[in-house]
Amino acid sequence: MAFRDDMRRIRAIVWKDLTTERRSKAGFNSVVSLGVTILVLFGLALGPDAQALRDAAAGALWLAVLFAGVLAFNRSYQVELDGGALEALLLYPGARWAIFAGKLIANLIFVSLMLVIVVAVGLVLFGVRVPAQWPSLLGLMMLGVVGIVALGTFYAAMSSRSRAREVLLPLLLYPMLIPVLLAAMMATKLFLSGDLMNELGTWVSLLGAFDVIFLVATFLAFEYVIEV
Amino acid sequence: MSRNDTTQFGPPRPAPAWLGWGALLFFLFTQVYAVVTSPADAMMGHLQKILYVHVPSAWVTFAAFGVVLVASIHFLWKEDERADLLAAASAEVGAMFCGLTLIQGMLWGRPTWGVWWSWDARLTSTLVLFLIFVGYLALRSFVEDPHRRGQWSAAVGILGAINVPIVWMSVRWWRTLHQIQSDPREVAPVFLRGWLLNVAAFSLIAVWFIWKRYEAARYERAAEHAAQAAALGGNNG
Repeated sequence: MAFRDDMRRIRAIVWKDLTTERRSKAGFNSVVSLGVTILVLFGLALGPDAQALRDAAAGALWLAVLFAGVLAFNRSYQVELDGGALEALLLYPGARWAIFAGKLIANLIFVSLMLVIVVAVGLVLFGVRVPAQWPSLLGLMMLGVVGIVALGTFYAAMSSRSRAREVLLPLLLYPMLIPVLLAAMMATKLFLSGDLMNELGTWVSLLGAFDVIFLVATFLAFEYVIEV
Repeated sequence: MSRNDTTQFGPPRPAPAWLGWGALLFFLFTQVYAVVTSPADAMMGHLQKILYVHVPSAWVTFAAFGVVLVASIHFLWKEDERADLLAAASAEVGAMFCGLTLIQGMLWGRPTWGVWWSWDARLTSTLVLFLIFVGYLALRSFVEDPHRRGQWSAAVGILGAINVPIVWMSVRWWRTLHQIQSDPREVAPVFLRGWLLNVAAFSLIAVWFIWKRYEAARYERAAEHAAQAAALGGNNG
């Protein structure tokens, strides 16, 4: 029974977070706009050479998703801090990990929707032909998003409640995300430019392994960072 | 406030001055000894001398991060404030040695590889380790409440430690160039003695730094507790 109660708690938190987001829309719209703006800046920095743009597309896409996504992570706790909603949330009975799971799933949905738009725009801007197996590309990118969102939701629980939250979250999060980003970028690049050496599968399984490690670690550690 | 705050432990045992001076003198001795006793290397010439400071710095860095990991786990488990302060002291000293390791590596890499920096697994993961240390120390300086600071930085320290081998692996797969790491069994005896003496000297210096920093942290924390007690109108203030 306890497990079913936790599932209900998770559902309630996901629903609450997404409803807040849906009713304001301002957050989502501005995060997507930021992602597209970053892509445009990358395009300008890399120059007009079409081949150079295509080669760098995978890296630029992921960095745009990362930079825009970081805003979402802090927001997801910041809205809780107004009016002491986070304290109220902690006072409700139930396991702490359910709060983390709820936040994580809500952020996952938020960032995935953002990613679909940013990637679609990015493929056009960087002149990459949309691959025929685009559902696999989306699935692969979802794996990367899980890693980014797990660590992002975890670190934002601290940074959003500290001084200097704008600088602290990237400072803590980016070095931690290097393995996930590296694997996600390599897999995406191989997917887009052709997998001549047959390495794609390895990178995808590596990415999946990183996701599992970081999900387990953040779920275990969340209790310690949320209770104080 | 944690169940086991430092006020109940009394004043910390001070780092003895003889240890500091001894470490310094020993370090000076091992430097001279290693340079005087080692001939020019067949391949690298006198560039090889950087081995005496580079490898010990790297080892001390990893040992310091190991202390952060163990102390962080101990803090979350037992809520002993002293473990939190030890982790903080060790992280500061580790960050310093990590920075030194990177700079020494660059000084060696420029004449040997012809570049200041290369994106191989060892260099990149050492740099990432340095950035994780920096993030850890930044977190500590941005959080006021001691208990919260302890819990959070312990979590960040543990995750950071888990991440280091993962970064190393992922960058290694991505690209690699660094020579195979030096193994004492493959180093000629004429270089070996100077090297091992330097490892001992670096370790002593690190121990003394950490001890001294820990002692200062204990006094800082005692002052925080006194201020808190005074603010609450207790009789400690």
